Parts: sequence; C-alpha cells; structure tokens
Amino acid sequence: MHVDLAHNTCCRFDIVVAGGGLVGMAIAYGLARAGQRVAVCDGADSAHRAARGNFGLVWVQGKGGRCLPYAQWSRESSERWSAFAAQLKRETGIDAGFERPGGIELCETAEQLEAGRQLLQSIHAQDASLDYEVLDIDALKARVPSASDELAGALYSPHDGHASPLYTLRAMQQAFASHGGTYLPHSEVREIRPRAGRFEIDTTHGMLQAGRVVLAAGLDNKRLAPMVGMNAPITPLRGQIMVTERLAPFLDYPTLVVRQTREGSVLLGDSAEQVGFDDGQTRAVMADIARRARTAFPALAHARIVRAWGALRIMTPDGLPVYEESAAHPGAFLAICHSGVTLAAAHADVIAPWIAGGARPAILHPFVATRFSN
Amino acid sequence: MPTHFESLATLSTPLVCIDIDGAHRQVPTHYTVAAALLESGTLACRNTPVSGAPRGPFCMMGVCFDCLVEIDGVPNVQACMTRVREGMRVRPMSGKARLA
Repeated sequence: MHVDLAHNTCCRFDIVVAGGGLVGMAIAYGLARAGQRVAVCDGADSAHRAARGNFGLVWVQGKGGRCLPYAQWSRESSERWSAFAAQLKRETGIDAGFERPGGIELCETAEQLEAGRQLLQSIHAQDASLDYEVLDIDALKARVPSASDELAGALYSPHDGHASPLYTLRAMQQAFASHGGTYLPHSEVREIRPRAGRFEIDTTHGMLQAGRVVLAAGLDNKRLAPMVGMNAPITPLRGQIMVTERLAPFLDYPTLVVRQTREGSVLLGDSAEQVGFDDGQTRAVMADIARRARTAFPALAHARIVRAWGALRIMTPDGLPVYEESAAHPGAFLAICHSGVTLAAAHADVIAPWIAGGARPAILHPFVATRFSN
Repeated sequence: MPTHFESLATLSTPLVCIDIDGAHRQVPTHYTVAAALLESGTLACRNTPVSGAPRGPFCMMGVCFDCLVEIDGVPNVQACMTRVREGMRVRPMSGKARLA
C-alpha cells in the first residue's frame, strides 16, 4: 500500500520501521500481525540491499562457536521457519521455497574437515541438541552422488535449510499489507527526533510520528543509531555470487558454496571481502568461487553462468547480531544482523512481540551493542 | 505453420544449410539462429523450466533470454546471439538443462 505523504504533512503510527529489507519486513510483519499500526520506510532502488543480493541459506551449522546463544538463536529461527513459511503461504499464496533437508559443508582437505569437526563438536558439547554428522567421502557420496571423489568429506547438520530470499521478501511485504501495514517505498529516513517519549521521523517524502521506532536499515543503521542515542559499529563485508542456467536437479542439500534452487538455478558463492561500499565484482574472486564449485561438483564445469553480482553483508565487529532498546530514548530499537533469511522467522515471531511491548526474550541477553564499548 | 516473418528482398547472398528440429533450411549466412527460427515459422523454441510455458525469440538483442535453444548438443544457447553455420543442428530447449 503506497500512501502519498506529499499531501499529508504528518502521519501517526504505533511503530515506524526504518528499512524494508528482510530484517525490517520480518519485524514489521510480526508487528502488523499482532495488531500494531506500522509503517515501513524503505529506501531508494539504488540503496544497498542485502535482502536482494544474498545466497538464501537458513544456516545454523558452525554459528556461535564463541557465543552459544547465537547458535541457539539461529536454530530457534530455523525450527520456526517451516510454520513461518506455511503462514506466509496461507496469507499470500506465495511459496517462499523453504526446505530443510539439512546443510552440508564440503571440505576439500582433511585439515578443513578436522577443523570443522572440532568446531561443531565444541558447540555440541555445550548444547547436545545442536547436532551434526561427519561424512567421510563415501557417506558424502551416498547423500550427494554428484560430489567429487577428490573431496576429503563434509559436515552435515540437520538444522540447516534454504529459502528463496526474493519470494520471502515479497511474501512478507504482501502479508504485511494484508494486516493493514503501510509500506512506503523511496522513503529513506533522513532524521529521527525523540520528542517527549515519541519520535518524529523525517523521510524523503514527509514526516511521520510514532510511539516506537525500529532501526532495521542495514548498513544505514550506523547513521541512524546516534539519532536515538545508540551506537551501531557495523561495516560492509562483500560477497560475490554467480548464478547458472536452470539445471536438472543434482544437489538435494544446500551447501555454503553451491546451492540449487527449486527452479533449477544454481547459486555459487561464499566469498568475503572488506572493500567498503563497493558492491561490484572482481575476476579473481569469481574465478575462485568457480574453482571451488567445480572442485566440489566437477559436472558444473559445463554449466553456463547467466548472472553475477556483489552484495554487502552487515557485519558487527564480532559477527553477532544486535537487538537493543535505547536506554536514552526508550521506544527506539536497534536490529542488526547479517543473516536476514535464517533469522526471519525469529524476527517475526520473537523480536516483534518484544518490540510491541513484551518482555525482552532472555536468549537475546548477549546481543547488545554496548558490548563493543566495554 | 503460417510464416509471420519474411526476409526482405535483398541481393542474392550466400546460403548455409542448417537443421532446425529435423527440418533442413537454407538460410543466408548473415542470419542469427533466432532469425532463421522466425523465418521458418518457429515462434516458440522452448518450454520454460519452471512452468513449461512456451517461449520464443523476443528481444533479438541478447537481453531477454527467451530464445534459448540447444545448438549442436549445447543447451541454453541464445539463438539471437548466435550466427548460423553450415550443418548446425538446432533443437528446442525443453525444461532444465542436464549436466553432462
């Protein structure tokens, strides 16, 4: 629903969400579903959009090696995803393409396999429900016949899955609108002014007022957070992705490097570069991605690449998310993460009820930005 | 099948023989495969991998990827970006490509 604010100098909402990506829409959808009057201020088409550039994994495996609650938080969302996707389908008819066959991390060398095993074992030792299996090459080939004999093996986790980020975003936008939410495109938030326990939000298309405000603007949270007395020490981390022509199904499990979508396209990725706000592509990185994909699946040497792009992850110094309410200006909330697909279900189901006025979930305890100032 | 596209009257040009889905066609050497398809009356040259809907040459400039065909055994080749060659075998692209 597009409200033209140009003829409306002020609009009042219970909650304004800055950011219409996967994080902002998941929270906004959860809030609208709970009966709140919500507006989402989305940026311009030219904005950096991790929601539209990411790989589409719902991934738990290996997360939280130094922070168990992060592993548990990721798994909680992964477990909620099935019902989340089913509800979106019921409400919108859109299938987010979620599947959870478990995820596989392919290891080219015995050293990589052993390092991965140790990491997953250390997490399993802290929480026995965070399960995994080590697959030697024979066990891997039994699950994934197309995998190369040259691999050392793989790590399997039943908690992992994947989804279509684009269908997920579209479904959340549509469900949000059907619950009465107001989506404002091309309405980047310029300024937020706390005013007597409420907030005035200047956008490129006019001013809004709200009792609460949620900062879910990805990399732009760094600019917005100080306006409500908070700190968002985030930097971009570029990932490059290539996509092949539609191929007959050859891979039943998502992996970190190669993922086949339901439609048949194969996504190749898993690069990480600190290059500021440059979301372009480089030959060297694409060649390395292609080499890793071919090493794992030799038949991919014959696949044709039809698209490629770069996108920017939103990274905190320790890679963990932030969910925090401003101490200086209660009612202002900060949400930062680099796993908007994985955590979408938890954002709608758990973060939204907290922002709507519920108790702060205990599992969020470590995820405060103040940890960076100590 | 009716022919919706006809070649403009031109000076005589060298021809090559190509095989479109089993039918042999003489076409000018400067044609793209998409032009040869349209002249032969082939409006749909593939079925999409997701819904199975028929598709054929549309943009004629390499952008829309709707004219994908199999050429000499190579799947998902853009017909509008490929010049005809003597003896070329063009087949409809049906669904998803198979990895060799």
